[in-house]
Amino acid sequence: MIYVIPAVIVLVLTVSLTKRLPSYEIFIDGVEEGMKIVIGIFPPLLAVLTAAYMLRASGTLDLIISFLSPLTKLIPAEVMPLALIRPISGSGAIGILTEILNTHGADSEIGRIASVIMGSTETTFYCLCVYFAKTRVKHNLRAMPFAAAGDIVSIITAVILIKLVKI
Amino acid sequence: MNYIWCAMIIISVIVSVINGTVDETVNSAFEGAQSAVFTVFSFAGVMCFWTGIMKIAERSGLSQKIERLLRPIISFLFPNAGAEAKKYIAMNMSANLLGMGNAATPMGIKAMTALDKENSNPLYASDNMCMLVALNTTSIQLIPATIIALRAAAGSEDPFSIILPIWISSLTAVLAAVFLAKLYFWRRKKL
Repeated sequence: MIYVIPAVIVLVLTVSLTKRLPSYEIFIDGVEEGMKIVIGIFPPLLAVLTAAYMLRASGTLDLIISFLSPLTKLIPAEVMPLALIRPISGSGAIGILTEILNTHGADSEIGRIASVIMGSTETTFYCLCVYFAKTRVKHNLRAMPFAAAGDIVSIITAVILIKLVKI
Repeated sequence: MNYIWCAMIIISVIVSVINGTVDETVNSAFEGAQSAVFTVFSFAGVMCFWTGIMKIAERSGLSQKIERLLRPIISFLFPNAGAEAKKYIAMNMSANLLGMGNAATPMGIKAMTALDKENSNPLYASDNMCMLVALNTTSIQLIPATIIALRAAAGSEDPFSIILPIWISSLTAVLAAVFLAKLYFWRRKKL
């Protein structure tokens, strides 16, 4: 895996050079766009992280986890808050993931499972609302089961890959 | 999100009173706000580096190349979609693959509007619309830049180590969603 990232970078720059594109200027452009994303993420991240840290420190998170753990034999209860918030809010999920990474460590089993769940699921409810907003469709529930099935499969696969296959 | 956020804070305060952890909870609120600043600062560098590289990739025509590769897949997934809808679906999928959520959503909405025009029963979501939503709610990213950046910010020794499991997991999810949707459409046609 170590070689994938440098290979991607070299490939992108080589193609861009052969096409005589102003790579440096385009890169700067992209960084500016990235900065806009970062600035956009900051306010909701602060809001959610504050609430998430309060949940943790007050002991509420432990209550939720001990309540959920019998329901989730396979999925570690620590990642359940992430799985619950992920379909509703992208920035909320980033906040919860950050809390999990800071508490359990990014390279711990829980941290890695949380990362994979974050990477392979989407803000499903939000997506459904936005995509159907401009159409004439009044009953969009038909699309729900497929979308939800995708997320559930992602979460289970994430746990299996990290916990059992130890990829 | 409004209710969830308010509930998170109010319940925390109530539980902290019961548990006698009021001090820790109040302090943790500031700690959380502080860590948001810390995260954004250490996250910004990696994030911006990738958006920069991806921008070069996009300008070099990577998007068009991916769109061309996707064409047969789209024809299979959306057998009766019109040319305009297919064009936007291709752009939507390629933006998703490149991790450009900001570009993917407008294209997805355009594709939806095109599919809406072709929908014979406009009150209900058509098969094609369900398929497009299923694809977008289980999107695959070539480089999950946000997560890599967040992991780097949290002090990971190998922030990239989750790329392969993320690919496998997303691919499994997409296949599951597409399979279920196809199965459902096929069975209903038979009935």
